[in-house]
Amino acid sequence: MRIHETAVNTAVLLALLSVPAFAWWTDEPFTITLATRAAVLALAAVGLNILLGIGGLVSFGHAVFFGLGGYAMAILAFHAQNYTELNLGIGVIDGTNSMPVIWLVAIIVSAITACLIGLLSLRTSGVYFIMITLAFGQMFYYFAISWSTYGGEDGVSIYVRNQFPGLNTLDPIQFFLLCFGLLCFTLFVTARVQRSAFGVALNATRQSRARAEAVGLRPVRLQLVAFALSGAITGLAGALFADLNRFVSPSMFSWQLSGELIVLVIIGGVGRLIGPVIGACVFVALEHLLGGLTEYWHIALGAILLGIVLFGRGGVLGLLTGQDGARV
Amino acid sequence: MSEAVLTTHKLCKRFGALSATDDVSITLLPDEIHAVIGPNGAGKSTLIQQICGSLRPDSGRVELLGRDISIFDTAARARAGIARTFQVSQLAMEDTVLQNAVLGAIGSRGISWRMWRNAQQTPTLIARADTALERVGLIEHRDTVCANLSHGQRRQLEVAVALTLEPKAFIMDEPMAGLGAEGSKTLTAFLDGLRLEAPILLVEHDMDAVFALADRISVLVYGKVIATGSAAEIRNSAAVREAYLGDAT
Amino acid sequence: MSTILIIEQILNGLQLGIMLFLMAAGLTLIFGVMGLINLAHGSLYMVGAFAASTVANLTGSFLAALVAALTAAAFAGALVETLIIRRLYRAPHLDQVLATFALILIFSEGTRLVFGSFPLYLDIPSALAGPITLPGGIAYSKYRLALIVIGLVVALGLWCLIERTRLGTQIRAGENDREMIAALGVDISKLYTIVFALGAALAGLAGALVGAIQSVQVGMGEPVLILAFVVIVIGGIGSIRGAFVGALLVGLTDTLGGVFLPELFALFLEPGAAQRTGSALASMSIYILMGAVLVWRPSGLFGARA
Repeated sequence: MRIHETAVNTAVLLALLSVPAFAWWTDEPFTITLATRAAVLALAAVGLNILLGIGGLVSFGHAVFFGLGGYAMAILAFHAQNYTELNLGIGVIDGTNSMPVIWLVAIIVSAITACLIGLLSLRTSGVYFIMITLAFGQMFYYFAISWSTYGGEDGVSIYVRNQFPGLNTLDPIQFFLLCFGLLCFTLFVTARVQRSAFGVALNATRQSRARAEAVGLRPVRLQLVAFALSGAITGLAGALFADLNRFVSPSMFSWQLSGELIVLVIIGGVGRLIGPVIGACVFVALEHLLGGLTEYWHIALGAILLGIVLFGRGGVLGLLTGQDGARV
Repeated sequence: MSEAVLTTHKLCKRFGALSATDDVSITLLPDEIHAVIGPNGAGKSTLIQQICGSLRPDSGRVELLGRDISIFDTAARARAGIARTFQVSQLAMEDTVLQNAVLGAIGSRGISWRMWRNAQQTPTLIARADTALERVGLIEHRDTVCANLSHGQRRQLEVAVALTLEPKAFIMDEPMAGLGAEGSKTLTAFLDGLRLEAPILLVEHDMDAVFALADRISVLVYGKVIATGSAAEIRNSAAVREAYLGDAT
Repeated sequence: MSTILIIEQILNGLQLGIMLFLMAAGLTLIFGVMGLINLAHGSLYMVGAFAASTVANLTGSFLAALVAALTAAAFAGALVETLIIRRLYRAPHLDQVLATFALILIFSEGTRLVFGSFPLYLDIPSALAGPITLPGGIAYSKYRLALIVIGLVVALGLWCLIERTRLGTQIRAGENDREMIAALGVDISKLYTIVFALGAALAGLAGALVGAIQSVQVGMGEPVLILAFVVIVIGGIGSIRGAFVGALLVGLTDTLGGVFLPELFALFLEPGAAQRTGSALASMSIYILMGAVLVWRPSGLFGARA
């Protein structure tokens, strides 16, 4: 079964790699951009899957971290492109257009925010947790709208894509490979974490909190770490997403986006390593194909989602392997 | 008399007008099986919860090897050496038998912060888990997913996970529940040997098992310990007869 | 700052709070009785507003519009409950969230398909247009005052329904012990449909009433839904009383924060910065309130201790 799963994982990643490779061959940059979008959304969903799939915590506010990553990129790059200084209150720094620096900032800011939100929301569980994460998401959304320094409702445009040493990031295929590489690296890390002592403990906590406590584990502490890790990965994805569009707006914080991230995880298969990647690819494909047919494609998405919830618990991976996803 | 491993001092817990435990003081001595029996609603579960830390008593305290552990939470008590089995199996049902046993090893060793090394390829964890599975007779099922185990096997796994904690005291909440005659017999024999490793506080409805195993028995009625003594003493206790049979002789 | 302005803002806060109560009451009732988290509650709010707007434009009668809103939302609620929601009562929360999220997508896009993307308008009835002079010489919008009164009447009616009627007894019993009331011969699936439709009707009414002071458009329900979640988290899930207190707290905090925080910051910041900081903080004020309540009482002000 392990071999089987590894084969599926490899096949999915190869498929995601082959589409833009073929598009590059036939010179269709738009298809490469679509594949990049899928890779970045997949990365965001991989982050959510740690909390949702392994930890069993339904965060309906993960757009917070996506948005924070996006705004981390936008603010740093905004000051770099205007040659202005960024006043942090405790000191003044210059902006930057170096991707690695931006990523690091996005990851740290997201992880810290995740800890703070986690400390409050993990005081509760179940439906309360869902409502609270949703509410915090909305808080960041309205904050971004009222933050006129960075465009308020209109958002911020960044004219030139940020730099990565040794690459021409404006070339679609190179930017895709960068995102794809980060996705693969994150999947590798996630797989390690999932099988580590921490992963086993977190996974057991989801299934039986009483059992976890009875063997000496502290559920809230495990969940808080999962929250931080999950937020950090989604934050990184947000920074990449902002660079892909060279634009951020408060909609990166919206509850719709939080919902869509959950949908990505569900379509693929909850708690499965490659599930979010499949989910993101299917989602982007649907968005492109159905969206091209009708502007009301969300009706179809809603119907598909209802079908998955009511009839098929395991998502696409469940169909492929005949196994249900993790129970949340 | 040797020093007690586990002691409760005048534990009280009230729910409104109902007294679930009322001044309960019991001791668990080395090498003994101390059974707590009583009719339904006598407060046995509430007592276990207070010993294990999932319920805070209104007053009274719990000591483990002479150390007051009353302010410890459940996890801290588990690490201090209290291993509990549940009346209704609490297991990670999607995980394998081995993963459940490894979980116990992870928890008791306090290494849940390790995020890189594969837990199922860590020799110290595996050794501890395998030993426990071997002892309860589940070793050939180590790769079975828990949800596919029979009821009896789940009960065995409950005990195995407790073993992985290498505890100072076992607290067992109806380990025989739902086992057939054969299963009860096997488990009774196993618990009989286990007491030499760590004493067992046993809450059980299966009276054959209780009278076969227990060195001492405490009878809990309406939250009060009405009698403590050997099996023979309990059989002959007027207070117990009155509580169970209602005949005041 | 004048007393008149303060009183006016307090009334505005009350009005927002009362409308939030109509949403939150339905949500908390549905959760309390059926254990369901319903994200599509905002869609029912929208259905009420669209129905009211359509009927008002056809008949010119605001009363008919309100009746239409109640009927349409209750009908939509009953329909959705029978077709989909009732399969979710025993499902994990994640399934409930996903299915009701899917319903939002379907409701929103369906409405866009029928009515288009442009906002509709619902006029305030002429009898309630314009200001009224309150004791003390305060001029206040008649319509907003009417909203407060209507909301209070509905709240009172809801209280009577739950405390004084046979249906209310069943609802309260349903919150405590589902198996028991089924064993007593209550038709539980009918009870659930009625409760869901009742919650939907309250949301629809709120949508129609608020639709007359804001525009009626797709997506109008979800921001209100999330505010109602904040209300429930503060008040405690399943508690109607909690929903009432929580709704007023949130309404007042949001309204007063928006007006007074910039003023407050103007005392020690230069005007531009005060305006910016104040309004940014005001947009966060209710969430800060929610966080504070969580630290203090994780299960809400009136929630059962978890």
